[in-house]
Amino acid sequence: MKSIVLNTISKLLLPLLILFSVFVLMRGHNLPGGGFVGGLVASIAFILHAFANGLIETRKLLRIHPGFLIPTGLLIATLSALAPVILTGDPMMTGLWLEQDIPILGKIGSSLFFDAGVYLVVIGACLTIIFTISESL
Amino acid sequence: MNTFLLVILTPFLFSLLLFSIGRQVFQRITLLASALPIFLFIYFVSLTPSIINGEVISFFTSWVPTLGIHLDFRLDNLALLFTLLITGIGSIVFLYTSQYLKGHQKLLRFYIFLSIFMGAMIGLVTSNNILTLFIFWELTSISSFFLISFNNEEAESRKSALIALTITGLGGLALLAFGVLAGQLTGTYSIVEMLQSPEVFYQHQYSGFLLVFLFLAAFTKSAQFPFHFWLPGAMKAPTPVSTYLHSATMVKAGIYLLLRFTPHFKDNNIFFLSLLIVGAITMLYAAINTLFKTDLKGVLAYSTIGALGIIVFLNGIGTTTAITAAIVFILVHALYKASLFLVTGTLEHQTGTRDITKLGGLGKVLLPLAIAGIIAALSSAGFPPTVGFLGKDLIYEATLSGSIQPALLTSLAVITNIFMVFAGLIVGLKPFTGKKHTSIGEVKKPHILLWAMPLTLALLSIFFGIFPQTVEKLFTHHIVPALTQNPSPHLALWHGFNLILLLSAITLVSGLILYLIWKPSQAKEKLISYIEFLSPKSIFIKLGKGFLSISYFLTRTVQNGYLRKYILVILIILTIVLGAHIIFSQGVSLSIINDIDPLNWKEISVLIMMLVSILFTVLTKSRLSAIVGMGFLGYTICLIFLFYGAPDLAMTQFSIDTLTVVLFMLVLFHLPRYLDFSIPKRRFRDAVLATSFGTFLAFTIIEIINETPEKITSQFYADNAYLLAKGKNVVNVILVDFRGFDTMIEIAVIAIAGIGVFALLKLYLKKHQK
Repeated sequence: MKSIVLNTISKLLLPLLILFSVFVLMRGHNLPGGGFVGGLVASIAFILHAFANGLIETRKLLRIHPGFLIPTGLLIATLSALAPVILTGDPMMTGLWLEQDIPILGKIGSSLFFDAGVYLVVIGACLTIIFTISESL
Repeated sequence: MNTFLLVILTPFLFSLLLFSIGRQVFQRITLLASALPIFLFIYFVSLTPSIINGEVISFFTSWVPTLGIHLDFRLDNLALLFTLLITGIGSIVFLYTSQYLKGHQKLLRFYIFLSIFMGAMIGLVTSNNILTLFIFWELTSISSFFLISFNNEEAESRKSALIALTITGLGGLALLAFGVLAGQLTGTYSIVEMLQSPEVFYQHQYSGFLLVFLFLAAFTKSAQFPFHFWLPGAMKAPTPVSTYLHSATMVKAGIYLLLRFTPHFKDNNIFFLSLLIVGAITMLYAAINTLFKTDLKGVLAYSTIGALGIIVFLNGIGTTTAITAAIVFILVHALYKASLFLVTGTLEHQTGTRDITKLGGLGKVLLPLAIAGIIAALSSAGFPPTVGFLGKDLIYEATLSGSIQPALLTSLAVITNIFMVFAGLIVGLKPFTGKKHTSIGEVKKPHILLWAMPLTLALLSIFFGIFPQTVEKLFTHHIVPALTQNPSPHLALWHGFNLILLLSAITLVSGLILYLIWKPSQAKEKLISYIEFLSPKSIFIKLGKGFLSISYFLTRTVQNGYLRKYILVILIILTIVLGAHIIFSQGVSLSIINDIDPLNWKEISVLIMMLVSILFTVLTKSRLSAIVGMGFLGYTICLIFLFYGAPDLAMTQFSIDTLTVVLFMLVLFHLPRYLDFSIPKRRFRDAVLATSFGTFLAFTIIEIINETPEKITSQFYADNAYLLAKGKNVVNVILVDFRGFDTMIEIAVIAIAGIGVFALLKLYLKKHQK
């Protein structure tokens, strides 16, 4: 699909959509959003880019194979779940929170990292599936 | 960190260490691996004096307190006997293997699994928590699986390993059931603390279940009839494995479990009677089977099953003498059987065969090995002054002094032992006497480790026989009172001339005569194969095949690979269930009792959009527009979510819908054209199904609305989301905090799906590109 309009817009939209997906991820704890939706939004951003510019361009942009995001995400989620066991000796998945709020980002706790893990796994799995299918056709 | 815990963990850490040094380096330092069992053996020996003085080494720390799983280890006298056997025979086997499998490509793998097995076994006998005992129990089954299938290029090895895993795995599940049930009934998972509720084990309404589960676990592991058949199959493993796992230690785990729970069941007569019967059947069945084997390891396998049967049988008699005899016989059997196995291993290593009919006249060339074999055979036969004599004496003493049917039990024991004498002589004596078979060429002298190891064990048999007081002091004197509450009888080699001595003599002479007149041959082995179809093994395999063909049938019919068929089956079943509910239950009404808001214009317009998009999807002639219609339908559902206050759901649905449409677009051009698009009959069937499903679902929803909703759970989440998890979005807090573990598993599933698609398509591509 070669269309100049789509081409230009997708390049502009990609960073915006990714920023938006991170925003959705971050606000998830207090407002509608979260890692799962965020991950889907980010995947859509890349897929839109792939539609407009071709898969090879998107792969170049990504540099790594999206499949690598899957274990990375699982690792982050697991570590955040295990953090209380290692750091404070509480049972697994107990929420840990920084005492001080961080400007702009707000409260930072272990569940945010857990959600970030979900976010990465979702992006990794979605992109792997869609890229693989479109490549194999 | 506690030394005791460290020692239990050492074998596992050691296997990691082995893993990290790599195959090349390991080939050169194989002998060093023996440091592990030797070190552990020395550690347990060093603890022996204090344990004999009544001290109990223990370690306790909470692991999963909410489930009652604790790292609770306890080294008492019974556990000490087993740990000494595990590490002692482990040392011998580790040393022996370094020569036996010298230069083998998978040597490292072998030692890794052997170390894991040893750790699991030590954990098993020292666990005081029944659930950790279960974990170690399963670990022994798994490591056994990998060791049996060590020659994994052979189909027969893999099959044997699988059968062994299935049978012992089944027992493992029964052990879990036993542990959980006993834990629930007594209120503790600690084996020692369970003793405080003795009523649970003999007059409780569930004590029958406890018995069945315990028996299933112990009998499968210790190869009791009818679960014995995995053990002869397990002989496919290299001989050191057979020595260690399938004769000296792992198969004794079931015996250990029974002994460990004997005090709990001390008032339960069914416990003892069942053990007596099963043990008796097993020992006779196995003993007779030894006559028909021509493979040395086959003979050893059945004589091991027989010996395990004897121990269970003794446990079933249950008197103080019988328990003493069982303890002594565990030691006796471990020593002579391990020795015989290692002798067999060396014979095969040097001559290349284990066929009894071909082995003979090797006594001169393999003199030290012959000495080991003959001593072990004598101990197996119960010839003085070996420890086997002591064991046999005690067995007869136990059967004679028992309260039930002493004459019958004694004659059963005598018959079994006659065959055991025969089995010992066939393996330990036959290869070294007589004439050398023509098919065997020049036999080289074995490496020192290959004969010194079996000889060490054989000499220990003599040592314990000459000094029975060491056995008494180290083991029976403390173990027996703990199990039976009675002091143990005094052990001595010489009891004077009495009935027992006479029985021993009869056994020996009959066994010897049997050895002289009965020559194992292929023809005789064939004879027994005619009734093979009646054996538990064939029945089990037939059951397995039947099970497989049923699941093949189900898979072919239900999981036939057509997505539309899957959906059809799901919808039909749901329609039947919902329909049956609506039709048969009373009081289903169409009227809505609870107050709900009337429809407003927003909802009405969304409904109209939905209907239009559904009709469009169903009626359109092109796939592309059908997909667009479906996508549109998805977005209208998002709107509904939004109106009813579920923005999270709406967002997710929106993104998923977008992705689905994209996916469809991707594959769309590559699908075949709508071929059977307009078969009216099929369309009619689908329409009827869809309409009835929709109707029944609507009825169900009305019913749900009429129920007064239970709000305890959602109220809890709403109240505590901010207090406990500092989040205002309850949905998200549930996902990442309250039910975070579910999410964890869900992302694992997503990961598997991604990897699955990738693997399937990429592999498919590669295959086709070739």
